[in-house]
Amino acid sequence: MSDTALDIQQIHKTYKSGFTALENVNLSIRAGEIFALLGPNGAGKTTLISIICGIVNASSGRVLVGGFDSRSSYREARQRVGLVPQELSLSMFESVWATVRFSRGLYGKAPNDAYLESLLKSLSLWDKKDSRIMALSGGMKRRVLIAKALAHEPEILFLDEPTAGVDVALRQDMWAMIRGLKARGVTIILTTHYIDEAEDMADRIGVINEGKIMLVEDKHSLMQKLGRRQLILTLPEPRDRLPDSLADLDLSLEEGGMQLVYQFDSQSEGSGIRTLLRRLDEVGVEFRDLHTEQSSLEDIFVSLIGGAK
Amino acid sequence: MNFYAIRAIYLFEMARTVRTLMQSIASPVLSTSLYFIVFGSAIGSKMVEIDGISYGAYIVPGLIMLSLLSESISNASFGIHMPRFTGAIYEILAAPISAFETVLAFVGAAATKSLVLGLIILATARLFVDYSIAHPLLMLLFLVLTSVTFSLLGFIIGVWADGFEKLQIIPLMIITPLTFLGGTFYSISMLPPFWQTVTLFNPVVYLVSGFRWAFYEQSDVSIWVSFGMITLFLVVCMCTVAWIFKTGYRLKD
Repeated sequence: MSDTALDIQQIHKTYKSGFTALENVNLSIRAGEIFALLGPNGAGKTTLISIICGIVNASSGRVLVGGFDSRSSYREARQRVGLVPQELSLSMFESVWATVRFSRGLYGKAPNDAYLESLLKSLSLWDKKDSRIMALSGGMKRRVLIAKALAHEPEILFLDEPTAGVDVALRQDMWAMIRGLKARGVTIILTTHYIDEAEDMADRIGVINEGKIMLVEDKHSLMQKLGRRQLILTLPEPRDRLPDSLADLDLSLEEGGMQLVYQFDSQSEGSGIRTLLRRLDEVGVEFRDLHTEQSSLEDIFVSLIGGAK
Repeated sequence: MNFYAIRAIYLFEMARTVRTLMQSIASPVLSTSLYFIVFGSAIGSKMVEIDGISYGAYIVPGLIMLSLLSESISNASFGIHMPRFTGAIYEILAAPISAFETVLAFVGAAATKSLVLGLIILATARLFVDYSIAHPLLMLLFLVLTSVTFSLLGFIIGVWADGFEKLQIIPLMIITPLTFLGGTFYSISMLPPFWQTVTLFNPVVYLVSGFRWAFYEQSDVSIWVSFGMITLFLVVCMCTVAWIFKTGYRLKD
């Protein structure tokens, strides 16, 4: 497999209704990485995944999966991909075992009960293998969807909002499983609303809004580049206003005047903290405690999406 | 050719039949048996022969056709409509499987079920009426062709329908009337000339007539015309299915 697992070239999608879901999307996913695609509802995340998987036809552009064109070489392209959809779309009357065997067959793989057994065990589904899907809880159904997506041993796994409506235990299980898949070399592309998850898990982050890819960055460099740091000083007593002589600094009073918040750029050469502390001392502003905070991916995301509007 | 995929869909569909044995086999066998009892044994014994065939035996091919048509349509339409309804169709659309393979698996399973059902009804009929089959292979060929053609029609309906009630409408409102008016219970030569002409526009006439010829070498229209009509209908259904996959009609946006 080449270094590029997935190459999305100039994908454009306009639905029959006239709604343009994707505009000239270019995206390259590296083999073996976890890529998080973030975006508000209706941004085009699911449409993009559906096009890559062959569920929706693109209006123009092309997708290469492991170097294979998703249209002209759809068999080679599709058998490399597994999809866990957002909705619990399952045939309710089947048993868990029958449905994973079905999925494996559908993707053209010879039966391998030993593999499917280990897969179900890894997802804590083995003791439910003979249960009908309709009898399972929502969380269990989601596990079944993951088992189905992995039944044919794909190289690339799409997880469309995998943790929506899932309890904490399953979320943790799921992330452990995803780390395990990554360790085995599976490329993982996920969409999520839980930005902290992307922050925890992803190697790279892509942000999509109104059908356009707004940025694609290595997570750490994104945090560094866009991340603002704050120095927070807790005051011994509330203040109404700051001394005028400090007006040139990026300072604000928050928490009812109990906190003095200083914004600085972690990338610039000098943070200005020493100067700040000296000048505070000069004007007689005392403080009880100080700590720094870095803006989260969520803040970055909100400011990016907000900036686009 | 993705044989594993064809097998997976085929076995999935056949497993559905086994799960719903009462509905898919027992119920049509029961309802057809009632026809045989009422029209074949009870009323049939008081009826005159048609074309030299006892009335009970005369209606056997038509009644088998009636079940075959409605069951082929309902099996195939339900088979493709259900995953569309639950959303599970995503997996089939995303799988490395061609349109031809998909149809082969779905329609193959529906046609298999209809064929088995047709043979069960044929055997059941024997309990109530005496009949003979002059051309068993030809009879079988008609069964296969009809099962496949109407399973294809069912597949089309299953894709077209946007709700379960629409799945019922076509068999109930179109196929049942066409079958009842298609010479199942009578020879169309018994109708006034005007209605004979009208009847010739009913495609089911050709199916029942051809099928009956395989039993008794008696038919309302030539066996070749019957063959031509069913082949034509098969081709029309295949072209429609090909169009559905080419355009993604109701399957893909």
